[in-house]
Amino acid sequence: MSDTHAQTVAFVRQEMLPEQPPPASEQGVIKWMRQNLFDGWLNTLLTVLSLYFIYKIVAGAWPWFANGIWTTSSLAECRELLEGGVGACFSVLTERWNQLLFGFKYPPDQYWRPTLAFVLLLIAMAPVLFSKKFPRQMFIFTGLFPFIAFWLIWGGSLLTPLVALLGFVAGYVAFKKFEYQSFAMGMIAGLLATVIVWWLGGFITGAAPGFMALEAVPSRDLGGFMLNIILGTVCVSLSLPIGILLALGRQSDMIIIKWICVVFIEFIRGVPLITLLFVANVVLAYFLPPGTNFDLVLRVIIMITMFSSAYIAEVIRGGLAALPRGQYEAADSLGLDYAQSTRLIIMPQALKISIPGIVNVAVGLFKDTVLVSVISMFDLVGMIRGPILASTEWNGVYWELWGFAVLLFFVVCYGISQYSQWLERELATDHR
Amino acid sequence: MSTLSDPPSGSFQLSMLINDTRYRSYTFQFVALVLLVAAMAYLGWNLVQNLTAAGLNISYQFLGEPAGYDINQTLISYTSQSTHWRASLVGVLNTLLVAFLGCIMATIIGVVVGVLRLSNNWIVRKLTSFYVEIFRNVPVLIWILIIMAVFVAVLPQPRDFRGDNPEASMVLDAFAFTGRGFYSPAPIFGPGSGVVIAVFLASIVGIFAFRKHARKALFERGQLIPTFWPSVALFFIPAILAFFIMGRPIGLDYPELKGFNFQGGIFMRNSLIALWFALSIYTAAFIAENVRAGILAVSKGQTEAAASLGLRPNRIMNLVVLPQALRVIIPPLISHYLNLTKNSSLAIAVGYMDLTGTLGGITLNQTGRAIECVVLLMLFYLTISLSISALMNVYNNSVKLQER
Amino acid sequence: MKKIAILGAMTVAGLSAGAVSASTLEDVKARGKLNCGVTTGLVGFAAPNANGEWEGFDVGVCRAVAAAVLGDPTAVEFVPTTGKTRFTALASGEIDLLARNTTWTFSRDVDLKFEFVGINYYDGQGFMVPKELGVSSAKELDGATVCIQTGTTTELNLADFFRANNISYEPVPIETNAEAQPLYLEGACDVYTTDASGLAATRAAFENPGDHVVLPEIISKEPLGPLVRHGDNDWADINRWVLNALIAAEELGVTSANVAEMSASAGNNPEINRLLGTEGTLGEMLGLEADWAKNAIMAGGNYGELFEKNIGENTPIGLARGLNAQWTEGGLLYSPPFR
Repeated sequence: MSDTHAQTVAFVRQEMLPEQPPPASEQGVIKWMRQNLFDGWLNTLLTVLSLYFIYKIVAGAWPWFANGIWTTSSLAECRELLEGGVGACFSVLTERWNQLLFGFKYPPDQYWRPTLAFVLLLIAMAPVLFSKKFPRQMFIFTGLFPFIAFWLIWGGSLLTPLVALLGFVAGYVAFKKFEYQSFAMGMIAGLLATVIVWWLGGFITGAAPGFMALEAVPSRDLGGFMLNIILGTVCVSLSLPIGILLALGRQSDMIIIKWICVVFIEFIRGVPLITLLFVANVVLAYFLPPGTNFDLVLRVIIMITMFSSAYIAEVIRGGLAALPRGQYEAADSLGLDYAQSTRLIIMPQALKISIPGIVNVAVGLFKDTVLVSVISMFDLVGMIRGPILASTEWNGVYWELWGFAVLLFFVVCYGISQYSQWLERELATDHR
Repeated sequence: MSTLSDPPSGSFQLSMLINDTRYRSYTFQFVALVLLVAAMAYLGWNLVQNLTAAGLNISYQFLGEPAGYDINQTLISYTSQSTHWRASLVGVLNTLLVAFLGCIMATIIGVVVGVLRLSNNWIVRKLTSFYVEIFRNVPVLIWILIIMAVFVAVLPQPRDFRGDNPEASMVLDAFAFTGRGFYSPAPIFGPGSGVVIAVFLASIVGIFAFRKHARKALFERGQLIPTFWPSVALFFIPAILAFFIMGRPIGLDYPELKGFNFQGGIFMRNSLIALWFALSIYTAAFIAENVRAGILAVSKGQTEAAASLGLRPNRIMNLVVLPQALRVIIPPLISHYLNLTKNSSLAIAVGYMDLTGTLGGITLNQTGRAIECVVLLMLFYLTISLSISALMNVYNNSVKLQER
Repeated sequence: MKKIAILGAMTVAGLSAGAVSASTLEDVKARGKLNCGVTTGLVGFAAPNANGEWEGFDVGVCRAVAAAVLGDPTAVEFVPTTGKTRFTALASGEIDLLARNTTWTFSRDVDLKFEFVGINYYDGQGFMVPKELGVSSAKELDGATVCIQTGTTTELNLADFFRANNISYEPVPIETNAEAQPLYLEGACDVYTTDASGLAATRAAFENPGDHVVLPEIISKEPLGPLVRHGDNDWADINRWVLNALIAAEELGVTSANVAEMSASAGNNPEINRLLGTEGTLGEMLGLEADWAKNAIMAGGNYGELFEKNIGENTPIGLARGLNAQWTEGGLLYSPPFR
């Protein structure tokens, strides 16, 4: 209406009132609680139930945890100290700490080697995981790391990993030299150079077995959580390139190659990992030339790598399929050949899309490494089930040991999945 | 790899096999084929060499020989004199049993947790996400072993039920929860129980027919027929009536403590329960994430549009959100079922006699026929996986058709 | 991604290792180590101690063979095997010798193509029950839940026994002894069955061994012995005669304490002289050094010493010699002459 009422009507307020704070029930903690916890009878019921549940767990676990004993040397001693009260015998962890981490056969005076390798692994992974925060030069160390780690963990002469490294360098150089002819020529030349260097290097390592040698540790002696980490990292890193090749093969127009890849992938994905481990354990030996002898860890690495590369191939295939058709056409119109366009245009984008999937596969694979305990290898689970729970001292300590195993795996796997979510946000700069 | 320029004229040269894109793919395929055949031949040759050196052969005759060992859970009749083939069949059925039970329970837990993760109750949200994270991030083998160990260690054993002042007692005198497994009463079907079962089955068919009729009435005439209470009534009343009319033909066989164990009733072995629980709660954590993602994938606009049409919340869920969410949920759900089935091969860790335990375990050990057993084992899992994948493809195609 | 290098490095290592020869003896000598298959852990027979060193009766056999062949009882790589993996490990050449309380049976010898080189322990399958059950005979076990190790002859014997006596039971299959222990102790099975020696060893590892009894029935013959692959008779001979040397040494009174002295020069007893290489060329015939038997005995003592040290009556396992006494003392141990 008009503004005349303001003057004429007595009961209309003329000045603004100062803002009032919202009522106590509509702000701060109380509002939050009303909205989030007691919104309706169903929610209230759920809240009460959850609180009761949490209370039960905490009330049950806390005294057990707080009364934990860390210093005894056997379960009987620990139970004596507890005098019938509730309490955990964490001393099994302190007493068997090295066994849980390194297995029971790794020479104790050499524990520094896997520990150092683990620290170096973190350093080597840092530039890969956080490429923006670390200088690019660190990638050189990442490239060297596998050879250093091999030398540290397995010991033996430094020449062995050195020759292997030289082989790769020679292969790369040869590849670069012939790449201008064609990608295929480069590959062939690179392979040849690598094999020749390894073959020649075989003589050198054979001639000087003691060169900068650490005490050799056979892979049978690896164990504990270390074995899980080794299997996990080695198999994931090996299966990435194989998975990429398989995915490309499956997308290929070449009918034979396509079918080889399809059959391989579907076969591997169709059987449980445990049957593949049985193959590694009891069958594979029959398919090797008579007299050769792979050790079990290597056979297991081969099988797990095959397993995970099939899964990674499917993830990457998803990434390839998600790329807009225009990307392929654009690459073609630039005159790039297949190798170039794949390497420079297609793969970088497809891999970026596939990162969450790849990380999922990696986490799953890391978890699956505990299956080796079923084929009598002493990884973390194998150590717990075998030597530790069967020993006279620690017969019957379940919660502490299994809780420890759960904790270790949870920390690693949860960490990786949180990282992948962070990376997804970091990379989410595209046009989608 | 399109060739834009005119193909170069001139005669065929050997270098074109590598440098000409028209021929290069043939070269590659040829090389791949040769490599594949060579690898196969190499492995096969090694196998033959190794087998002759060891004086062994590949033969499936052992499948027809008596197995000689006993199996504790058999869904079909089996004695230690049955053949290895029969033992494998027992294993197959046990695998399918635990996979089936696991899938059902995983779905129930997964859906409940998935929906609760979207609850607006803060504590429930945190609790369920804690559940999902902790179970997803720890190997299922560890969960199986933990549940088995806890089962055996925490629950009372049959010996605790014994004596005048036992440490443990049966629940309602009908159920016994022991470290060896759960005992519950089993139905005994007397004469005339067939009628009761037939009536019961008929009433279930009737429920479906009634609901279909109600739906038709709703869609064609807009007539709203209540379905819930009639369904419940239909479910119970005819069967109970038939039960009493036939003179209570179905009785219960209660488990009783006799000798070393409880006898009678239905017995679910601890290994089955441990495996079933562990597989379910582990897989449920993944399913929960799927369900959540599926529901979130239905855009809020759909819910709002449905609401603006005047639909009530449960109808919005049933008619608008769920049909769309299911399309997102079901494909990964099926692959989780597949994973659960494959993970059930971990039964070997708790001594549950699934196929890995019979064919891949005892039969393999007793006969020493490692190659044959592992091949059969893989074939079985491969068949299951491929048939489920085939079903999934059919489903995917069927939902694709409805898409515009 | 770059870890492909590890595979590469291993290939290099494999290439530099050189060609593989046909004879097991040469392989072992070239390798400088004996690969010996043992159990994953059975106290007294083969189990790693707190320092991770393998100890036990079967381990003693491995060490004796290593000492005879390589002159060094510590040059052994112990490969833990389960019931499932042991035969493949041997057949595929992963191990040279399987000393894992394995029962000598017809089908293992003939059908699986292995060569049992002798018997180092005469055993039989028994039952262990908690004392409080009040069971005194295996025939009272009707309806009992029985824990068994899979992949062993015990599984088949058990089925036969219960079938023959027409009583029922619930088998609970377990992969390793270690997993069976907690199940039995917590009461998930009423009975644990395996070889009587294994029962004694398992019971010894319990907190209160006195609460458990081994039932008197022995339901099978279980001659346990080391075995090798068919086809390499020289290698089988070496293992057979190392085992016989240990047995004969006890009979002849040669112990780890006096073997050095006795082998220093030829003594009065020609058989001891031949055994210890101070007379004749037995070692040469086997393709070993003349002092092979001396080394084998030095490794852990003669058969009796090994027995007493690992599983005898003064150990927690406390097995009596019984059938495993020398034939001169009423047992079954009877080494062929060294001649």
